[in-house]
Amino acid sequence: MTDLTSPIAGISKPKAGRRDIGIKGRYAAERRFRAYGIAALSFGIIFLMMLLWSVFSKGYTAFQQTMITIPVEFSQQVIDPQNERTTNPQKLMTANYPIVARNALAKVLGADVNDRVAARSVGQMLSDGVRAQLRDMVVANPALIGTTQTVSLLASGDIDSAFKGQIDLKVSQENRKVNDQQVKWMNQMAEAGTLGKHFNGGIFVNGASSRPEAAGVGVALIGSFYMMLIVLALALPIGVAASIYLEEFAPKNKFTDLIEVNINNLAAVPSIVYGLLGLAVFVNFMGLPRSASMVGGFVLTLMTLPTIIIATRAALKAVPPSIRAAALGLGASKMQTIFHHVLPLAMPGILTGTIIGLAHALGETAPLLLIGMVAFVANYPTTPLDPSTALPVQIYMWANEAERAFVERTSGAIIILLLFLILMNVGAILLRRRFERRW
Amino acid sequence: MNILKLSAAALVASVAFAGAAAARDQVQVAGSSTVLPYAKIVAETFGETFPNFKTPVVESGGTGAGLKEFCKGVGEATIDVANASRPINKSEADACKAAGVTDIQEIRIGYDGIVFATDASNGDMKLEPKDLYKALAAKVVVDGKLVDNPYKNWSDINPTLPKGPIAAYIPGEKHGTREVFELNVLDAGCKDAGAKDVIAKEIADKAAQGKACIAVRKDGAAVDIDGDYTETLARIAANKTGLGVFGLAFFENNMDKLKVATMRGIKPTSATIADGTYPVSRPLFFYVKKAHLGVVPGLKEYVEFFQSDDMVGPDSPLVEYGLVAAPDAQREQARKDFAAGKTM
Repeated sequence: MTDLTSPIAGISKPKAGRRDIGIKGRYAAERRFRAYGIAALSFGIIFLMMLLWSVFSKGYTAFQQTMITIPVEFSQQVIDPQNERTTNPQKLMTANYPIVARNALAKVLGADVNDRVAARSVGQMLSDGVRAQLRDMVVANPALIGTTQTVSLLASGDIDSAFKGQIDLKVSQENRKVNDQQVKWMNQMAEAGTLGKHFNGGIFVNGASSRPEAAGVGVALIGSFYMMLIVLALALPIGVAASIYLEEFAPKNKFTDLIEVNINNLAAVPSIVYGLLGLAVFVNFMGLPRSASMVGGFVLTLMTLPTIIIATRAALKAVPPSIRAAALGLGASKMQTIFHHVLPLAMPGILTGTIIGLAHALGETAPLLLIGMVAFVANYPTTPLDPSTALPVQIYMWANEAERAFVERTSGAIIILLLFLILMNVGAILLRRRFERRW
Repeated sequence: MNILKLSAAALVASVAFAGAAAARDQVQVAGSSTVLPYAKIVAETFGETFPNFKTPVVESGGTGAGLKEFCKGVGEATIDVANASRPINKSEADACKAAGVTDIQEIRIGYDGIVFATDASNGDMKLEPKDLYKALAAKVVVDGKLVDNPYKNWSDINPTLPKGPIAAYIPGEKHGTREVFELNVLDAGCKDAGAKDVIAKEIADKAAQGKACIAVRKDGAAVDIDGDYTETLARIAANKTGLGVFGLAFFENNMDKLKVATMRGIKPTSATIADGTYPVSRPLFFYVKKAHLGVVPGLKEYVEFFQSDDMVGPDSPLVEYGLVAAPDAQREQARKDFAAGKTM
């Protein structure tokens, strides 16, 4: 209001000698406006930087894992004392492999395994995952029994955190999960080169685990992949078909107006509502299994549809009417006009809308909560009907864990999710460039 | 036309898939976020020990949400086990019955202590239930009258407590932990402080009397935490004089960051919780549908494995994580009850 009245006031009272058209004021206003814009932009950039800094500074260590590489003696005495592995194949599955690993480590450290306290301290330095690791080695090759092999074993999550400096070692040993003896052993092995940080491939391929050192986003990645595939296969054709009909064929009346208002509203509905709908329709009514990525895909399809429809309609509207008129004028049918001329020109806009919708769906957890996908799933899903989780769900689950080692893994999983989002957005830009046409 | 045909085909295919969805080969568990870490350890070890069964799927979401899913009915599409940090209540049991879930087996897995802790930089804190009642209740008794809580600093209540302003981060209403906190701390403290008699005099309505003891002040000194313990930990890191409520397992994993307070002069440890001298503890449960035993592959084995001493005994991974093991006789009895098919 003030901006409008001031030049009028200036005109009504002209200064002597020269017409005052408020040039100075107008330039100042422009400079102020630019300053506001820059301030708004830097505000956003500062927060983005803070977010990225907190995620990357905490998360980069998640891609390294402390391993202990020691000679392990696959002692017949421990694994198969009665020599019954030929008659009882179960024996090799259920043998006490953690003891094998613990004895091997105790030998390297010079600790006495008959001293219960020392043996316990040694055992705690190794991940519980060594049971499965050594078992799989022996079951695959029973000839290993009686030999000594050099094996890289996972260090336990607490040793991993301590070695990365994430546990405050200055407080007294009663107040932390690793005791002074373990820290001494850790440093001793680090000097000897038997304990060290290696690239943590497990975080990409392992399923969920209660042990931080063995936890990974593998199952979540597959789950997210299935869901994205289902969303793409369902939402794109349904969304494009709906928008073409609404934009090109439907009569403009109160009813189609109502539909349009509803679609715009649906785009703003909280995503948890789609979860409730999914639970009622897909799980309870149609009887699809809980925790399945197929149900997740259906729910996310419903959630993405409005975004895709709105983007597609905007893209169709942006095609100049002259193109339609020319095609119709040359004798093309309405359908030929749309599929040969309008749709190809609208393609970049449709693809951008679809990929933004997919990226939105990739980052969503709330609707998955109610259909049982916020869950601990250790087995890889073979079909979309098997239980699985999703990448953002895995982040949420890890953020709630008590163990220190899950803090860095939470940030590590966020980095992985961000990488996928960046890839999708780069894909959107490239596709846009590829299909862009000028007229 | 192609696009339309394609989408129609996709819809038909998905419905066909729906028909094919049957015969679950995996145990499905849901419920309490307090029991979740224990159930995860058991599920994972179960999957490793029994290669012929798949690893059970464990959902989180809270005791109430888990029991609601559990009581939806019997069959493939419903869950098999509900984890709970409190016993099933009457309305939930009724809902179960109405949906046809009649034979439920209750299994007690052990105990969980609820501990009170401040940031590690603080001195020792000795708490009594009546101190916490006075610090956190909406109305307290001053000079024989019920008034709005006037206390601002911990030291106003009890000179031995630290000088800082009162701030406590307590579990929100949806947590099972809240009920235990209300019963064992606020209500007990209300009685100890002698406020019960005054409340009985001033409030006529019986139901309102019970609520008056456990009503928490709303002026910002008591903050409900609806998330998990990680959120409470973050709040305490930001407010060094704040007091947080944690589970024993969470505290034991973060001992370098927290300083635990004694309650009635007793320090929370596995030993004091197991023998019942530490006053704020509760049993943890899970519930199994008897109708699913022998139908869902691995369910019976999962329950037996969960009850075995390898999992919940005194020297087991769950105890390592922070569970307080039940006494030997109780564990033995629980195993016998399950084997005999005892239902609620």
